Amino acid sequence: MADLAVQIHNLKLKNPVMLASGTCGYAEEINEFYDVSQLGGIFLKGLTLRNRDGNLYPRMAETPSGMLNAVGLQNKGIDNFISNIYPRIKNYNTPLIINVNGSTVEDYIELTEKVNELEGIPAIELNISCPNVKEGGMAFGITCPGAEAVTREVRKVYSKTLIVKLSPNVTDISEIARAVEGQGADSVSLVNTFVGMAIDAETRKPLLSTVTGGLSGPAIKPIALRMVWQVAKAVKIPVVAMGGIMNATDALEFMIAGASAVQIGTALFKDPFIPLHVIEGLNDYLERHRFSSVNELIGCLQL
Amino acid sequence: MGKKSVGDFRVAENIQLNDTNFLLKLQSQDPLPEVRPGQFVNIDIANCKEIFLRRPFSIYEADYNNQTVSLIVKILGRGSKKLTEVKPGDVLSLIYPLGKHFTYPLPGERILAVGGGSGLAPMLFLAKESGLPPENVDILIGARSASDHIDAASYSRYGNLHHTTEDGTLGFRGLVTQHPIFADDLKKYNRIYACGPDGMMKAIAKEAKKAGVECEVSLENLMACGFGVCLCCIEPTVNGNVCVCTEGPVFNINDLKWPI
Repeated sequence: MADLAVQIHNLKLKNPVMLASGTCGYAEEINEFYDVSQLGGIFLKGLTLRNRDGNLYPRMAETPSGMLNAVGLQNKGIDNFISNIYPRIKNYNTPLIINVNGSTVEDYIELTEKVNELEGIPAIELNISCPNVKEGGMAFGITCPGAEAVTREVRKVYSKTLIVKLSPNVTDISEIARAVEGQGADSVSLVNTFVGMAIDAETRKPLLSTVTGGLSGPAIKPIALRMVWQVAKAVKIPVVAMGGIMNATDALEFMIAGASAVQIGTALFKDPFIPLHVIEGLNDYLERHRFSSVNELIGCLQL
Repeated sequence: MGKKSVGDFRVAENIQLNDTNFLLKLQSQDPLPEVRPGQFVNIDIANCKEIFLRRPFSIYEADYNNQTVSLIVKILGRGSKKLTEVKPGDVLSLIYPLGKHFTYPLPGERILAVGGGSGLAPMLFLAKESGLPPENVDILIGARSASDHIDAASYSRYGNLHHTTEDGTLGFRGLVTQHPIFADDLKKYNRIYACGPDGMMKAIAKEAKKAGVECEVSLENLMACGFGVCLCCIEPTVNGNVCVCTEGPVFNINDLKWPI
């Protein structure tokens, strides 16, 4: 068995394979299939201060090698999470990371302060890249001043591991990554979904209630890989990669490009066991290529 | 360990029932968990690159001895079309069992189960599992025409079969809610169950509500995962937006926000 352990700032992971926010519920849904303690970590479904009903149905459209979604951060709010969900999941033997969302900087701060009280949550993922909400979300993540402002203010109230989730819907993602690094982010995760749309030609109507939504799945993998490579070169903090990972080879490519860990998202809809196959595949690869630790792989791209 | 599985099933049979409906019998290598009427499986359409997501299908029959589940697949789009092309011996990956089942009737109750098109599948499964004597069970089968009617004659031992077709080529002419059963007093039933097109279920729900009879329907909103994580198949209910895949697909009509 090769050494699969990696570290994202203070966050120690038994392996670099984690589940992406918004694709694994609050971990319990995946735990119905297998013991989630085998995973490197779990990014829980995005939370907001208050209940959000999300967008109207239909919220999903299948596309070539992927899908569009327009969920719109449906969740029951942080207080409900703390009283009803957290007690049930806090003892899972894998890091649980809360994905934090707000319409305003004040929302992000208030939410982070509440999360800070939870001993079982070692890190947050600051979501400044949700494309499916009218206010906040991606609006913060597509300009350097916006990304800097949220990161700076949240950093002031949060001393555990702060990961900032970046939007790919920008001209130069490495510029945004550098901006949040400059404000004290401990890590960046990328990419969130790409804004896209789908039309039913027969009815001449959009397939999503919101007209546009976020594209994910293998369709986006080459672009995500390029962005991870660019960002890894631009910052010193660890990069957590996601974007269409379906198997161990995909995960390896992201790590070779410079990611310290990966998140698996849309693939879970296809098969919730994929992350376990990826862990196994990483180990096989390391043994076959005689690496003693997965850390030797990070950013080893040979040009 | 959880109670949901992802497993490979071998196609044992693929029989064309009529113009648009196919009966698929799929065999597992492992013992089946208990499955109940209204629950569904989510199928990966194998070897088909243009179809990324799984497709959900209600369970029609479960045979624990032979470890098979049967489904009725109606051709609705690319995914279901592709699925009807599988051959015996092909292997399909299923996520199962998913969703909540219909509420079972109590001993001595009378029920009406209405199935439209391939929505008949869980209705027949329910009639079989109901535990009621056949005289207490009315099964109303709706189709557009005799050419897409699904033969359910073998289920006459579980209930009285009634038929409607929109063009009158088989049974009563008209929609299911135009069948004499609905002109009669619905109060004789303790429960009404329905599965089929949205419009059909809403019309039935309206009649059931008027008569004050318990009514459950099975929804088929578009879904990606089938187990409650993608939040795409939501339905507005008295409890807010809920996932059809985990809180349903079976709903009591009183919990839905249908304008009935």
